[in-house]
Amino acid sequence: MLNVLAQADGEMLEGLKAIGAGLGYGLAAIGPGIGIGTVVGNAISAMARQPESAGMARTTMFLGIAFTEALALIGFVVFILLMP
Amino acid sequence: MSAVTENPDVVLPAEGPEREIARDLARRAAWVSPAFIILGAALEGVDGAVSAGLALLLVAGNFLLGAAIIGRAVSVSLNALYGAVLLGYIVRLGLLAVIALAFKSTGWFSAVPFAITLLVTHLGLLAAETKRVSITLAHPGLAPSARKVGDEPSTDPTSPQE
Repeated sequence: MLNVLAQADGEMLEGLKAIGAGLGYGLAAIGPGIGIGTVVGNAISAMARQPESAGMARTTMFLGIAFTEALALIGFVVFILLMP
Repeated sequence: MSAVTENPDVVLPAEGPEREIARDLARRAAWVSPAFIILGAALEGVDGAVSAGLALLLVAGNFLLGAAIIGRAVSVSLNALYGAVLLGYIVRLGLLAVIALAFKSTGWFSAVPFAITLLVTHLGLLAAETKRVSITLAHPGLAPSARKVGDEPSTDPTSPQE
C-alpha cells in the first residue's frame, strides 16, 4: 500500500512539474507578445509617416522583436529544464 | 515587388534589411558554434555537444524564419505585417517547443548545454548585431558595405531606402 502511495506521489509530482512547466511557458510568452505588438505597431506608424526611412524602421523593428523574444526564450528554457 | 499601403503615396520596398541582418546573425552563429559545441562537450560529453549544436541551429533558424515572415508580409501590406509578425511569433515559439520536445524524448538530448547555448547565443548575437547597426547608423561611412562616391549604391541594411 505504501509503495502504491509513494508511486502515486511520484507520478503526481511529475504531472505537477509538467503542468507548471507548461503554465510557465505560456505565461512567459504573454509579456513578449504585448511587447512585440507595441514594437511592430510603432514601427508601422513610423513607416506610414515616413516611408523614406522605412529601412531604418524595419532594422530597428527586427532587432526590437528579437530582443523582446529573448524574454519568451527564458520561459522556454525554464520549460525545457522543468519538463520531466 | 513592393507593398502598396492604404495611402497610395506609401510604397515600401520588398527586399528589406531584416533578411540581411538575419543572414549576418546566422553567419555569426556559425562562427561561434565551435566554442559552444566544445563547451557542451565539456559539460555533458557527446550528448552535450549535439544538444549545443541543435540549440545553435534553432537560434539561427528562428532568426531566418522571423526575417522571412517579415519580408514576405511587407510585400503584401502594413496590416499584413502586423498580423504576420504576431502570428509568426506564436508559430515560432510553438515550433521551438515541438522540436525541443521531440528531441528531448531521444536519449542523447542534454537540457543544460542546450539551454545555456540557446540563451547566450541569442542574446550575444543580438548584442553584437545591435552594436554593428548602431555604429553604422551613427557613422554610415564606417559601414563595411559603404561605397565611395560613384560606386554602386550601398546595400547596407540600415541605410534609408528610397
